[in-house]
Amino acid sequence: MTNLLHPTRRGLLMAGGAGLLTAALPGYVAAQGAPIKIGFQLHRTGIGAAYGRWYERTAQAALKMINEGGGIAGRPVELLFEDDATDPKRGSEVVDKLTQSDGCDLVMGTLFSHVVMGSAPRAGELKVPYLVCSEGYHVASGALNRWTLQPGITDVRAQISTMAPWVAANLGKKVTMVFPDYAFGHDHRDFFTTAIQAQGGEVIAQIAVPPTETSFTRYFPQIPAETEVLYHVMVGPAVLTFVKELGEFYGTGAKPALFGFVDSLEAVDTATPGLEFLEGSHFWEAHPRVKPADAGEHEAAYRAAVGVDDNGASVSDAKDVSTYSHMFSTWETLYFIKQAMEAAGYTGPADRQKLVEAMEAISDLPYGIERPQGAMRFNGKTHQVFGSQNISQIQGGKLVKVHTTTIEEGLYEDAVDYTTMSF
Amino acid sequence: MAFGPFLLLALMEGLVTAAVLALAASGLSLVFGVMRVVNVAHGEFYMLGAVLAWAVTGFIPGLPALAFVAALLIAPLLVAALAALADGLILKRLAYDPEATIVATIGLLYMIQQAALSLYGPNANPVRAPFEWRIQLPWFGYSGYKLFVVIAALAVLLALWLVMTRTKAGLVMRATQVDRTTARAFGINVDRVYMGTFALGAGLAALAGVLVVPIQQAHYLMGGDPLLLSFIVVIIGGLGSLRGTLIAALIIGLSDGVISMFFTPTLAKILATLLVAMVLVFRPQGLFGARA
Repeated sequence: MTNLLHPTRRGLLMAGGAGLLTAALPGYVAAQGAPIKIGFQLHRTGIGAAYGRWYERTAQAALKMINEGGGIAGRPVELLFEDDATDPKRGSEVVDKLTQSDGCDLVMGTLFSHVVMGSAPRAGELKVPYLVCSEGYHVASGALNRWTLQPGITDVRAQISTMAPWVAANLGKKVTMVFPDYAFGHDHRDFFTTAIQAQGGEVIAQIAVPPTETSFTRYFPQIPAETEVLYHVMVGPAVLTFVKELGEFYGTGAKPALFGFVDSLEAVDTATPGLEFLEGSHFWEAHPRVKPADAGEHEAAYRAAVGVDDNGASVSDAKDVSTYSHMFSTWETLYFIKQAMEAAGYTGPADRQKLVEAMEAISDLPYGIERPQGAMRFNGKTHQVFGSQNISQIQGGKLVKVHTTTIEEGLYEDAVDYTTMSF
Repeated sequence: MAFGPFLLLALMEGLVTAAVLALAASGLSLVFGVMRVVNVAHGEFYMLGAVLAWAVTGFIPGLPALAFVAALLIAPLLVAALAALADGLILKRLAYDPEATIVATIGLLYMIQQAALSLYGPNANPVRAPFEWRIQLPWFGYSGYKLFVVIAALAVLLALWLVMTRTKAGLVMRATQVDRTTARAFGINVDRVYMGTFALGAGLAALAGVLVVPIQQAHYLMGGDPLLLSFIVVIIGGLGSLRGTLIAALIIGLSDGVISMFFTPTLAKILATLLVAMVLVFRPQGLFGARA
């Protein structure tokens, strides 16, 4: 008893040492073996559901490959999917839940730009890295914050500045635009209008369609008769209706050349009855849906991993057409996270700031299985990645790649330097 | 495009909207007229019609015309059966109390919508039109199927009018509408009339959904717009008046077509809502409704 009440100095030290070791052990074990948790804000329902379905499959495939290759810095990786219903308000709640309740290390995956705009401020408040796969110019424009990055997909401004010279040289100079009436569509409107002017062309009419619209015929009479090129980019569940009604409207009569962003056809089979009028028209694609003859060496392995055949449809259901030009971004974003976490020596949420700094330090992203769409170049100042673009033509009911741009054609002046902003 | 053809296209589009709307709204109006129940779940019956049409046509691949006729018969019947069930299980137990049934049908709306999301999924799926026929006018092309929708809707509305005015079932329904208690005193089974009316109203919405699905695709959230527009039509036309519903559907449909084409679709919605407000202020019973 006297021993306990009056411990020796040695005894006290040993007991204290043992206590410290016990307390530190879980942290040490966690750093070695506990999984890295990545939250995925998913459009499982709502107007983005087709994209959500394929974003989930592609991310799962990349996750499998990363874990089979030893995970991130030797730690296994987990993805936690949470549905945001393609709704901005729900989006910020999802960021909150994934970060605060589920304890995710970071959040990724959002496509629709209104959801990005609604969620990014919350990610900034929570100081959690938020990696979007959205195409909108909102990241590079400086409208968001230091915690929001877009490392897996190029933005609308870069895409358009490579497309405008080709459209002016090959299709015509008097352009009418049809686009969804919100942030993503406005990016198209603003950048294409200036980009085509730089090529000596002009936009003679801009037709904005509300994103929830289900019938489009009523908008078509606004297309001026002297239009040489009809530029269309539509999104959501009604895209098939849009292209069908466009076909009904023009019918067999004279029609302008059509140039569309493949968004107007994502998850839609180009051989659907009623789409015959698209034959010969051109589409922008980030990643050609139908495997091109000159596809890179990793294309086949990527398609096999995500379960997509050479026509861009699911291997288990030929009617289930993928969102091929967008979904690769989730794959590349996961590999980007792996690269940055390993460079930063990331151990847990306390290192989030270090992680963002490591991401900002990345620049060249060479072609490989990590980037099946092609080489990319990340701009740490604007938090935006740059890459090559493709133009495909519908030939025999299939998208056939006819032109590929360089990364340099899509570069533009920095509009922001996020690295000077505080965390 | 010149003014003439422009107006023609606007009117044709408006006519299609009006036809679909007249069908959906007549169901809503009938249910209110006979049962005094404001059915908030009406748009979901419309959605179910479209989704079931997709399911039925999936069973008969290769023959779009036959598949569509099957959908046109089966989908409204299934939806009517579901509505009859909902009437027996929910509305009847609430004694058709006007406030309670509003809350109950809101619940029904969410249950049907979420069930569709769980069982059918979040995707928009196309249904092939029974025939691919396009009219090529000198200025523009137009879908022949859309004209078929107008004719089909007119035929159904005519049949509905004949049933209401020329058959015993119609007589019984009208009797119940005028005075429930007296009808019961004359030996009319009011419960059965209510169940039949609710089923008929839902069936009409489902029929509109089937007709519209080759134009729009089936989606679990598609019931919102028709519900709102049906309410607008029914308020303007007068609750319970079939003639008022038809005329109001024409006014709303055609003005929506013309205004949204010459100006913007948003303006068309603003004006329709304004018209509702004006009707409610100056003629609360609607253009053709009887004073309550």
